[in-house]
Amino acid sequence: MKRAIPIFLVLAGLLVAIAAANPFFLEPAGFLAFLKRVAPLAILAAGQYFVIVSGEFDLSVGSLVTVEVVVAARLIDGDESMTWPVLALLIVIGLLVGLVNGLVTTKLRVPSFITTLGAMLILSGAVFLWTGGAPRGALSQGFRVFGREGVWAVLILLVVVTTAVLLMRADFGRTLVAVGDNEKAARLSGVRVDRARVLAFMISGLSAAIAGILLGGFAGVSAQVGQSLEFQAITAVVLGGVVLGGGRGHVVAAIAGAFTLEALFTLLNLHGISGALEYAVQGVIIIAAVAAGGLRLPALRLSPSKV
Amino acid sequence: MIALVANPTRAVYAALVATLAIGWVLVAFDGGTFTLNDMVGIQQRSAALGIVAVGQTLAILAGSLDLSVAYLISLVSLVAAETMAGQPSNILTAVVAALGVSALVGLVNGIVITKLKVHAFIATLGVALVIRGVLDHLYDGPAGRVPVEFQQLGYARIGPIPVAALLWAAVAVAVWFLLRRTRLGNRIYAVGGDVEVARLSGVRTDRVVIAAHVLCSLCAGVAGLLLASRLGAGAPTVGTDGGYDLESIAAVVLGGTALAGGRGGVAGTVGGVLLLAVLDSVFNQLEVNSFFKDVVRGVVIVVAVAVYARRTGRRAS
Repeated sequence: MKRAIPIFLVLAGLLVAIAAANPFFLEPAGFLAFLKRVAPLAILAAGQYFVIVSGEFDLSVGSLVTVEVVVAARLIDGDESMTWPVLALLIVIGLLVGLVNGLVTTKLRVPSFITTLGAMLILSGAVFLWTGGAPRGALSQGFRVFGREGVWAVLILLVVVTTAVLLMRADFGRTLVAVGDNEKAARLSGVRVDRARVLAFMISGLSAAIAGILLGGFAGVSAQVGQSLEFQAITAVVLGGVVLGGGRGHVVAAIAGAFTLEALFTLLNLHGISGALEYAVQGVIIIAAVAAGGLRLPALRLSPSKV
Repeated sequence: MIALVANPTRAVYAALVATLAIGWVLVAFDGGTFTLNDMVGIQQRSAALGIVAVGQTLAILAGSLDLSVAYLISLVSLVAAETMAGQPSNILTAVVAALGVSALVGLVNGIVITKLKVHAFIATLGVALVIRGVLDHLYDGPAGRVPVEFQQLGYARIGPIPVAALLWAAVAVAVWFLLRRTRLGNRIYAVGGDVEVARLSGVRTDRVVIAAHVLCSLCAGVAGLLLASRLGAGAPTVGTDGGYDLESIAAVVLGGTALAGGRGGVAGTVGGVLLLAVLDSVFNQLEVNSFFKDVVRGVVIVVAVAVYARRTGRRAS
């Protein structure tokens, strides 16, 4: 957890800066709006954390979010009675995509970067093949309430964070870190390495399903809803001090990374650095943050053999 | 070791020939023909991706990877087109400026990765974001003008062969020579294979990684020049629209180069790019839905790598 202290300091600093620039942020409504905006990325980061700490990548979550939203809109098509069955289906889709990613990566020994890159192409191709190129249909009010009502979003976020922390404290969590740290040693000590990794991918798929449900209500139905979310999620996790290549880092820090990223966007917006230079500032800060972490811990490897 | 490297390369060319044959039959059944013109078209379309992928091969072989190439291509196309401003006399200056910018970006990538010890994934993603911010800040749409003389690079043919394809071939041969016949090439394989062993053997590993990144970015720069000559102008979205970052990595891996570094080569990458291009043009001939193409492309990449993994696994055990 010591590694994670800088990210909490940075986050606190950013939150203070936002509050100074916009006092509305300190009111319950203002802070709730912020939490609602952070929730999808924070949930994705939590899911991505499990995959990264086990030594893998999941690049498919962005497309998966798009798939979830587009599928929901087409199947619900404004019909309230479809809300709950479709919600259940979305969760199943998320778990299933994670299962396939995990099995291909572990059993067929395809590097997860390639597995999930392929999944990214397949998922977005398949869903638009099905809908004919553009999202169709509409979400029901019952579906949109999760992403729209701040209370729901915060509640879901809380449940996700608690579950993630409990999972990492359980045997499963310790196994996963061991697998990411030294696969061979874990295997020799009797850990079922493949099963741990498959579960990690399924958690990531599940988190993409939940994030998709929130984003569908929050941002609406579009073909771009999940665009580049995979990179944002990975960035958030790495900002939290979690090492690419696995074996090190804390899940709460990864979620704090997502908060930091979103707080950074908010602050840049408040100071009028929106759109244009926002990306440049973001890029510099990400490199600087990881460099600062890396310099203190020279063990960070250039090219983890698991990539 | 050599047999191990040669195997995936042979596999990808076998797949290429098979795809050509099956594609030809399918197209014939569909009532169309697969002509020399289509073959030339394949080379034309794949040249830009091919050049980027050859550069990406160097980065990946060195145990790194480069996610910044797509935005760099856009940046280079703008630098070149703005410097040329429609004047043939400015071509040389523009090419030098474009390649200078590319080399600089590669240098930054390499230094951030080696000296600041930032993982290549994050380092090049960060540099990509910085370039994106600069592009979004300065440009709303296409800018600059490329003189007709320079547009020859994109469209002219020598006999039946497009100049662009020759340029790709030249880049590929140069990098092949670098990897197989020079000290730097050897060291790139050594560093990608095991960076600690390379360091202990007296290789200055940081320099090798930086050199690989500079060369990778230079290749992206050449691709940017090629695309600028095709468009007749620079465009802030030309690199990302082509998806050159992930697509080039996919092509390299399809060509049998290990993502972990140290194994593979340029010949495989060329095969991988051609395979993607042939698939693309067969689907075009059959007028297949473009989303279906993405699905097939994803399946092909994953299946290919799964096949390579089986082969290497059997040999290792």
